[in-house]
Amino acid sequence: MKPLSGCILAVVLLTAGCKREQRLFDPGPNASQLASSVHATVVQAGGQPYQPASTTPYEQSAYAVAEGKRLYSAYNCAGCHGVGGGGAIGPALSDSVWIYGSSPDQIYATIVQGRGNGMPAFGGKVPDFQVRELAAYVRSLSGQLPSTIAPSRSDVMPVAKAEQARKQEHPGDENIQPIQHPESH
Amino acid sequence: MIALAILIAVPGFGSNQSSLNPVGPMAQRIEHTLALIFFITGAVYLLTMIAVGISVWRNRLVRDDFPPPLQTPPEQDRKAVTAVAGAMGVSVLLLFIMMVASFITSHAIGKENGRAPFEVDVYGHQWWWEVQYPQPEADKMVVTANEIHIPIGSLVRIHGTSTDVIHSFWAPNIHGKRDLLPGYENDFVIQADQPGRWRGQCAEFCGPQHAHMSFLMIAEPMDKFHSWMEAQAGTPPPPSTPQTQHGQQVFLSHACIMCHTIRGTVAGSRVGPDLTHVGSRDTIASGTLPNDPSHLAKWVLNAQQIKPGVRMPPNPMPQQELNDLVAYLESLR
Repeated sequence: MKPLSGCILAVVLLTAGCKREQRLFDPGPNASQLASSVHATVVQAGGQPYQPASTTPYEQSAYAVAEGKRLYSAYNCAGCHGVGGGGAIGPALSDSVWIYGSSPDQIYATIVQGRGNGMPAFGGKVPDFQVRELAAYVRSLSGQLPSTIAPSRSDVMPVAKAEQARKQEHPGDENIQPIQHPESH
Repeated sequence: MIALAILIAVPGFGSNQSSLNPVGPMAQRIEHTLALIFFITGAVYLLTMIAVGISVWRNRLVRDDFPPPLQTPPEQDRKAVTAVAGAMGVSVLLLFIMMVASFITSHAIGKENGRAPFEVDVYGHQWWWEVQYPQPEADKMVVTANEIHIPIGSLVRIHGTSTDVIHSFWAPNIHGKRDLLPGYENDFVIQADQPGRWRGQCAEFCGPQHAHMSFLMIAEPMDKFHSWMEAQAGTPPPPSTPQTQHGQQVFLSHACIMCHTIRGTVAGSRVGPDLTHVGSRDTIASGTLPNDPSHLAKWVLNAQQIKPGVRMPPNPMPQQELNDLVAYLESLR
């Protein structure tokens, strides 16, 4: 039975990575609703500070991230943020500077409600799951996703490194100045 | 005979999607070559089978000469060599004839490329066809999807390319297959001589919905073609009934506006098919469904159940809004 068990082992090993390729074409009625609700504030009742989710199921599916990449050009995000996220009239998405936060929830909120200084609100125009896919792709632009999930190639002539090959930028690199408390001498 | 019987039994022999029912000079030439190759190879197949049958029958085992002698008599050897060499010579000759015939066909079809009074741009998308009729005046430009209207008896140049993966344009009654390649423009000339609705299909696997990527070549007399062009170039009148007015509001305030164009409104995105005259088309979803209110409503509500993987997301919305939206879309003629 050696060859048989060997075959079974090989199949198990080969299919172990297939989950990332799972395609969820119809995400169900809830996720298909137009995106509208977001956390209005990061201040919450209770002792615990608001903890943004560090990852979402969309960030574990290569298909969802690839869809995010397609939507990024289809919905003309590239028009302002540049193909490959290099930035143009909108800020770059491929660096370590996150003006309105780097977590999936915060990016979701940025897309849905818009931000001052030019980011339009896409709430009520884009289905919820597509905003999540976009947020996942935006994070891949600065190397936040594992290389097995991030897109590896472009349909157009590549103008920047593949998302998969990017080095992870850390929001902590922003070198935030500590708040200066006025102190008495 | 058997092969001929099979050929005749093939469904769609004379249908609107069959290269055995050519309606234009290009398809006719292709069909002649097909017939030539079919009858040559069919005859060779029959003769070979008959020869095999005869030799099996002649050399069948007879009890008293078992086991058969290992040595064959020299004159039988000579006969075998002559027969094999002769058959090989005939094969080479026949293959050569078929090759020359296919060269002549390709040349005759390609010869027309220089002159064509009409031009149509075809873009393959996953999984639909964008069709544009370029015009000298930009505002007369006609953009439609999945339906290619052509005048009969006139050469039409198809200027084909793809926006994503490789597709293949194939309307078998009118022409052979032509690949549509991203980043490369493939020009070819077609002509249909019979009015009719000739169905075409993507002939290069292009993703999960490749099978649901068909189109209609609508060949019609010149005057009908021109009046169709005239109608398509115009902007549809603004919605007149309260229902269609509300439908337009639904269209403009939902996700529809992110991907589709309706000329005369603020919707101007080029991701999905142009819907300016969607009500005038025969089918929706690239020939997948007939274009009627109930199918359109199901398609808008959840296209993923009909064509899983299609780029259109599900659009859950209240029944009233859906009805008004569909009424508006069907009014765009």
